[in-house]
Amino acid sequence: MLLIDCPYCGMARPEIEFRYGGEAHIARAADPSALSDEELANFLYFRSNPKGVLAERWRHAFGCGRFFNCLRDTLSDKILAVYKAGEARPDISAERAERRE
Amino acid sequence: MSQPFRLARGGSIDRSRPLVFTFDGLDYQGYAGDTLASALIANGLHLVGRSFKYHRPRGLLSAGAEEPNALVSVERGPGRVTPNLRATQIELHDGLRAASQNRWPSLAFDLGAVNDLLSPLFGAGFYYKTFMGPNLWAWARIYEPMIRRAAGLGEPPREPDPDRYTRTFDHCDVLIIGAGPSGLAAALAASQSGARVVVCDENPALGGSLLGEGEPKIDGETVLTWLEETLAALRSAPNVRLMTRTQAFGYYAQNFVGLNERLAEADLIADPHLPRERLWQMRAREVVLATGAIERPLVFPNNDRPAVMLADSARRYCLQYGAKVGDRVVVATTHDSAYRAAFDLKKAGIGVALIVDLRPEVKGALAEAARTAGIEVVAGAGILGADGRLRVNAVRIKHRGAERKVACDALIMSGGWTPSVHLFSQSRGKLIFDEALQLFKPGVSAQRERSAGACNATFDLAGALAEGDAAGRAAATAAGFTTLEARTYAVVDALPAFGAAHVSPPAVHTDRRVKAFVDFQNDVCAKDVSLAVQEGMRSIEHIKRYTTTGMATDQGKLSNMNALGIASAQLKKPIPEVGLTTFRPPYTPVTFGAFAGPARGDLFDPIRGTPIHDWAAQNGAAFEDVGPWKRAWYFPQGREAMHEAVARECRTTRASVGLFDATTLGKIEVVGPDAATFLERMYVNAFQKLEVGRCRYGLMLSEAGFLIDDGVIARLKPDRFHVTTTTGGAPRVLAHMEDYLQTEFPDLRVWLTSTTEQWATIAVQGPKAHECVAPLVEGVDLKGDAFPHMSLREARVCGIPARLMRVSFTGELGYEINVPSHFGRAVWEAAWREVQKQDGCAYGTEAMHVMRAEKGYVIVGQETDGTVTLADLGLDGMIGKTKKDFVGKRALTRPDMLLANRKQLVGLLTDNPAIALEEGAQVTESASPPIGSSALGHVTSSYMSPAVSRPIALALVAGGRSRMGSKLHVPMPGRAVSVTVVGTVFYDKEGARLNA
Repeated sequence: MLLIDCPYCGMARPEIEFRYGGEAHIARAADPSALSDEELANFLYFRSNPKGVLAERWRHAFGCGRFFNCLRDTLSDKILAVYKAGEARPDISAERAERRE
Repeated sequence: MSQPFRLARGGSIDRSRPLVFTFDGLDYQGYAGDTLASALIANGLHLVGRSFKYHRPRGLLSAGAEEPNALVSVERGPGRVTPNLRATQIELHDGLRAASQNRWPSLAFDLGAVNDLLSPLFGAGFYYKTFMGPNLWAWARIYEPMIRRAAGLGEPPREPDPDRYTRTFDHCDVLIIGAGPSGLAAALAASQSGARVVVCDENPALGGSLLGEGEPKIDGETVLTWLEETLAALRSAPNVRLMTRTQAFGYYAQNFVGLNERLAEADLIADPHLPRERLWQMRAREVVLATGAIERPLVFPNNDRPAVMLADSARRYCLQYGAKVGDRVVVATTHDSAYRAAFDLKKAGIGVALIVDLRPEVKGALAEAARTAGIEVVAGAGILGADGRLRVNAVRIKHRGAERKVACDALIMSGGWTPSVHLFSQSRGKLIFDEALQLFKPGVSAQRERSAGACNATFDLAGALAEGDAAGRAAATAAGFTTLEARTYAVVDALPAFGAAHVSPPAVHTDRRVKAFVDFQNDVCAKDVSLAVQEGMRSIEHIKRYTTTGMATDQGKLSNMNALGIASAQLKKPIPEVGLTTFRPPYTPVTFGAFAGPARGDLFDPIRGTPIHDWAAQNGAAFEDVGPWKRAWYFPQGREAMHEAVARECRTTRASVGLFDATTLGKIEVVGPDAATFLERMYVNAFQKLEVGRCRYGLMLSEAGFLIDDGVIARLKPDRFHVTTTTGGAPRVLAHMEDYLQTEFPDLRVWLTSTTEQWATIAVQGPKAHECVAPLVEGVDLKGDAFPHMSLREARVCGIPARLMRVSFTGELGYEINVPSHFGRAVWEAAWREVQKQDGCAYGTEAMHVMRAEKGYVIVGQETDGTVTLADLGLDGMIGKTKKDFVGKRALTRPDMLLANRKQLVGLLTDNPAIALEEGAQVTESASPPIGSSALGHVTSSYMSPAVSRPIALALVAGGRSRMGSKLHVPMPGRAVSVTVVGTVFYDKEGARLNA
């Protein structure tokens, strides 16, 4: 079971308090009616599914209830960074990437 | 009851406490401190089981968790049968009843042994080659039943397990796994820092290899004295917890370690209320792995005969348990450590006939020691095989070109040592191959752990203690504690360092007639591994699966390195290039009881009941599960069958009035200046113009445009809404709303609160509903236009503040009374008195389903499955036409959503009104559709309708609305039912009754 740092609560809590929310930074268009069918399909159905670092959404469902984002390495299952919803995806420093190895 | 193979002295057993146990129905005696295995050996028994595939007689191979052969069933009364336990890990207690497995009619005479003679048929890849044809019939009727009969060893218990199991979450600073010399040295070092230290060990006694040591001294004391003093020091330290009988079985992410603690059988017999096992979910800041090493068997013909045993295990039986494995022992080895076994056995008075060393030469000190001990050594010899069937009686060797047969009653062997890197590897640490020692050992760590002692390929006692001390200090320091200086242990060892010598690769036997076992538990021979390579397997993962080596419950603890060595020789590639298969938890099998813990029976899953639940139970309700809820399903009267009760409830409700517990509906309070805007975006409907006191039937779509929930939404105030959801959808809908509110529309000032538990909801439905509700309500005019259909009033009901709604899910005039939960029962009973005055009834969920189907009302999750749109259901008229955007709007115009042949909701009437359709049945164009053709759709709801006195059904059918009046078919086994497509409303098509 992972320990996940909730950026709102400021502490690490066990994974069972959280719910997964899929890939992060897939913004809903301000005016969805302007989307072409292809853009809409990309928005609805296509995800990056990388082998490596993935930005994804979690919700501290049984804690503060807030949605936040994290960077997780899908290969090692290690969480590299957590950040609040609406914040930009952080740069993982070289030092941090190295520690992941 | 004598113990003919018990030594007169020695061992840590308690000879003053004899214990009687039975094995295969016969009584034997052992001592307190014995394992079942050591007691069997003291009684001269080596034959303890039959092998999996060939049913070969098998004996005890080891003395620990790695035991592949001695799997026995232990019976402790009804429901207390545990199969497949390793005899080496079963503590002896008075009255223990154990039985061998996989044999019939008896252990010594087993008819299944015919497989041994037929073994040429069972080579590597046997399953893949044999069960191929001629057709599926052969698979279903012959192969699968045959494989199932042959599979498995022990018999599972038939009764429920009466024992208790429990679980605990725990945390510590330093977790030390293994209480051998390095683990204990680590514990001493870490404990002095003040860190919270937990030491766990799988065995009943702490000490690991120290328990089976004779000669060495630590700091001038015998190992057992040192051990006693060390344990006393650790026990008195308040920050240290020592856990015996506790298996660390899995190493998961972020130092999360699964521990399984067993209670001693004697304690459980004394108090059966104690938990039999406890699962610890331990989160450790730092971990020290001190898990030891496992001796490797040698691979030679008939190396599986009973009384062929690992050398150090034989030594352990002698020194720890005072049990001798034989009177005349031959030692076969490629490794120095077997000499120590030979010397210790000899010293205990056991005859050692010969040491057969497969290495070309034996170095000075060992040869010298053997000469001093009076044991003959032949170096550079080969083993031709072991003789004897139920027990080894001779070993045939080849030495300097000559064959020689040496009589013996036990053959002990050593092919070197394999560090127990299982947990390290599970932690995702990278293993490295030690060329000199021919073994894999821990390399780069992936988590906050370090290995010490034999599991780190440090085999000598002095080295293990020093490494343990260093690891304990490193762990405590890393956990943020200050540690003392390194401690030096003065070790006097009797013999040259144990484990330092060269290990030859295992002999490769390609002869198809020779059974030289690599994997004892799955009956895989050296020839099978060779054959797999010959037949084109290159990856060790493929070789593993083709031969099944390492795939038994012991997970290849003894076999992996030998299989790898043989594969490496056959592939002519070095071992690291051939690679190692993945280690997976659990290290040893864990019972289902431990994982289930208290979660069984009533505690398996939380149960939600409404405040009216007990009333329903007292009034004879049958209940159904709806998510975690128990809902009243129907209320049988007298000897009524279900269909009779449901029909009566429907008729009574439509004729006068019915009372229904709708408390389980999800409820969400949506509050804030932007509440109406928010709901407009979350639901397809328009809310801005909804008047205070009015309700709307809300439909919620996913972003992909499919219906995901529905419910009635009432406006209490301009900035306050009472939203209801489906029973099962409540948490999902709230999460969906929160998601959009937090991440897509964070600018909206809206607050969401689940109020499902706060309100009891009592539905009163039927033409007499008004007569029942009116006497209870104060301050609201219920008459006609003053309180029309789809309205809400805040009122007092029975004097209690309530939200009274006029809504209907039956098609009748209806009210829903929401009162605070703790008044739910009282208001229900008041309503019930009124309902009784009108000759009404209480109805359950089944009648609710029937009545809503009669009206063509859909149930999300029954008519829909996540691929159904509002247009499919004919509900697209509900969509707010002027709204610019709402979740799912854009997707409604995707090309696929506009196809004419989408499945649409229609009604179906069977042409023969005596036949009711089955829900889920397929709907087709023709009565006998060709095989492989697609169905037009399926039946979503089907009931006997009391209102129209015939079966009715709803179905999703391709292009359904264009098929009105046409004939379709519902193929069922043996016949196809012909149906006519009709509209979805079967009763009161004009909706007149809503305002009756």
